Amino acid sequence: MNSVGEECTDMKREYDQCFNRWFVEKFLKGECSGDPCNELFQRYRHCVLKAIKDKEIPVERIEFMGQSKDKPESSDGS
Amino acid sequence: MVKYFLGLNELKSSWDQVFAAFWQRYPNPYSKHVLTEDILYREVTIDHKLLTRRLLTKTNRLPRWAERFLPANVAHAVYVLEDSIIDLHKKTMTTYTWNINHSTVMSVEERCVYCENKDNKNWTEVRREAWVSSKVFGFSRPIQKTPRVIEFGLARFKSNVTKAMKGYDYILARMQGDIPARTLVETAKEATEKAKETALAAKEKAKDLASKAATNKKQQYV
Repeated sequence: MNSVGEECTDMKREYDQCFNRWFVEKFLKGECSGDPCNELFQRYRHCVLKAIKDKEIPVERIEFMGQSKDKPESSDGS
Repeated sequence: MVKYFLGLNELKSSWDQVFAAFWQRYPNPYSKHVLTEDILYREVTIDHKLLTRRLLTKTNRLPRWAERFLPANVAHAVYVLEDSIIDLHKKTMTTYTWNINHSTVMSVEERCVYCENKDNKNWTEVRREAWVSSKVFGFSRPIQKTPRVIEFGLARFKSNVTKAMKGYDYILARMQGDIPARTLVETAKEATEKAKETALAAKEKAKDLASKAATNKKQQYV
């Protein structure tokens, strides 16, 4: 899949390939020590964060799973 | 006003296959509306949870009546954040997805919990909740009725859920070897394109030869 920064797509594919292998062969088997893909991830992430800044995509200062915590369970919400 | 949606889906694959497929979902034949996908954050916690934040860009086709709510110069793509937690001990995956632009016109927040089906361990259950809201109020309807923009948002959300599940099934089948990586349709399409190109190239070459022949002929007359 393409990256939002065209110049990052190759780096992303390389990282994705590494991650998917690690996820299936290690993580799902409960072996979580070490991250062989970290270097690839940092290189790709550096590229994509620059692209996001250039395109002014508002991703900053958003808490992880943030707004989800305020959501009532199974309410009709209206 | 917020409209709430609750739906249950079943994927006929085990939880570990479904979680692995989650990272390889795009592209698929049902994901034409997903343009880009990026990983912004990733962490494995000491209690074996995988936390990920992805950024997706999606197309935002709006009906003409809704376009007036968007300034003319605004980018039409929708930026979507998707946070997820995979809990290896509980065998669950929780995702929270929402759009970070155009949210005045329409905000869609979705929370999904994927877990092992209790009756059939080879299947995975998806519990999907969504909240569709808008700060734009319809002018043409009485205020107590659901604004048109929310009705549209909910309908589009439901259609995207159908596409997402079809796409998921497709990727799962491909990962399990039921579908070749390139579908027959794709291969056939490519062959047609190539044939067209070859025909075009041949035509050009023929033209070229003809013109050369004509030139030669002319030269003979000289």
